[in-house]
Amino acid sequence: MAMVSTNRRKHWLIAYSLIAPFLAIFLLAFGYPTWEVIRLSFTNAPLIGDGEFVGLANFERLFGDRMFFLSLKNNGYFLLLTVIPTTLIALGIALMVNRLSGRMQAFVLAIFFLPYILPVSVVTLIWQWMLDLQFGILQPVLEFTTGEPVAVFGNPYWVMPMIAVVTIWWTNGFNVLLFIAGLRNIPTELYEAAALDGAKRRQQFRRVTWPLLWPVTALVLTLQLILQLKIFDQIYLLSGGGPFNQSYVLLMLVYREAFQLNHGGYASAVALVLFVLIAVVSVLQFQLLRLAGGRR
Amino acid sequence: MTRRRIENWALTLVTLIAAAIWFFPLYWAGVTSLRSENNVVSADAGVIPDEFNPVSYIDALFNTRIPTWYWNSIGTSLIITVVVIVSGMMCAYALSQMRFPGRRLLYGIVLASFMIPSQALVVSQFILMNDLGLVNTWAGIILPQLVVPVVIIVYKQFFDAVPKELREAVLLDGGGEYTLLWKVYLPLNWGITTALAIITFIGAWNAFFWPFLIVTSESRMTIPVGITQVNDAFGVFYARLMSVALLGAMPVALAYLIFQRRVTEAVMISSGVKG
Repeated sequence: MAMVSTNRRKHWLIAYSLIAPFLAIFLLAFGYPTWEVIRLSFTNAPLIGDGEFVGLANFERLFGDRMFFLSLKNNGYFLLLTVIPTTLIALGIALMVNRLSGRMQAFVLAIFFLPYILPVSVVTLIWQWMLDLQFGILQPVLEFTTGEPVAVFGNPYWVMPMIAVVTIWWTNGFNVLLFIAGLRNIPTELYEAAALDGAKRRQQFRRVTWPLLWPVTALVLTLQLILQLKIFDQIYLLSGGGPFNQSYVLLMLVYREAFQLNHGGYASAVALVLFVLIAVVSVLQFQLLRLAGGRR
Repeated sequence: MTRRRIENWALTLVTLIAAAIWFFPLYWAGVTSLRSENNVVSADAGVIPDEFNPVSYIDALFNTRIPTWYWNSIGTSLIITVVVIVSGMMCAYALSQMRFPGRRLLYGIVLASFMIPSQALVVSQFILMNDLGLVNTWAGIILPQLVVPVVIIVYKQFFDAVPKELREAVLLDGGGEYTLLWKVYLPLNWGITTALAIITFIGAWNAFFWPFLIVTSESRMTIPVGITQVNDAFGVFYARLMSVALLGAMPVALAYLIFQRRVTEAVMISSGVKG
């Protein structure tokens, strides 16, 4: 290495100067906090100030914490309510939109995608108004099914399904877009060949569309899994975790322990669990992405 | 053949009905925002717009701090976009075109940060910002939002695809790596640059969780955090609330409608379904 030419060394220096901005930002805003959240999870530190090393005490406490398991359960329930339903709805919409052409297609696609680019608080304000107990325009619909108006975000049975509805309305456009990209990647010759062989619409879907769309479907499923595990904003704004903690989720537990109860150490332990959960799914997603990429 | 045509018409009709249902919440917010507060809650207020009263918009613009929040959102989102794009492009160029010790490690870091959920880091990020004295500042809002690894991954793909002959020609002419990046690679990739910039901007504009944690003073809030304060202040004045909501959505909605094709393209590319 001592014989490395000055030219080469200059090349390296230029390369390092190019990566320096990203690396500095990453280390400060992500690298160091990642290390810190791990370190803090082994201490009893408050949010601001030093704590003492307590070993695995936080994690022991975690396994005896009813709120932790309730949050974990609610996270799971929310995944059930959103991941597969939104994937199916998005697939249906994508198939419908894909049939259209020209301006009509662009217009309809824009309508389905528009909610996705709205800030979360805009979305929650609109839905709070639509579901307002006294004046909400959707209350007659609820009344029709239950016989009386329902304060949906204050009702332990309705709260999670309704937050799921709001979430699907808000984020579904993204999935529609991925499915449309997937549909466009399917060569039209395959459909022509199928039509020549006398395949019906349904057979075409089962034999051509569905198998070739599977990589995108897998991508949508895992992206949704990650996204919905991180749920906080909508719940905080719509129900605050209530009623009776029926919409309490892990990130809300992190928020409350850290920023309201001043338990920095314990909150870090909860955050670490969430971190690991999401990291596992992300690794899975990355592998899928590589698989899909290799096939093209 | 006729059966097929009827089927086609029916499917198109179903599609349009579904689109109408999907659009309804926004439509309804618009109708509500243009009514007087009395009309909004009156029994005869129907689904059809019957009033075009801008008073609640004027009220929202002059009696809330929306102009301040706009300013904070525009400022922070623009800075985030510029820093993310420039730093990401430089890093991607080095990864794609240069060979240096630590390159593989760096690529590993980029991929790893792709998988780190920033939401799980808020506690330690908040402590860090507090130590640096950045609570309730733009810098505090901005810093943790500057890591967008997908920008690097996308840029690297596009830089990899630039013909090597171009690079060799410029190097032979005595041009350096920086010249190559700014004069060759960037101009060749303006399309993807604008696309990435638009989705980075929209993402920053819509960020809620982190700005909500790091800002407590109303004068530093961004639009998504600020408009939740109006909710508390107005109570059940729904015409004003809907005006506020739509004003908050306006800039990104316009950006999307103007750059529709670029936005959809960027979303597809950055999630890996189209390269």
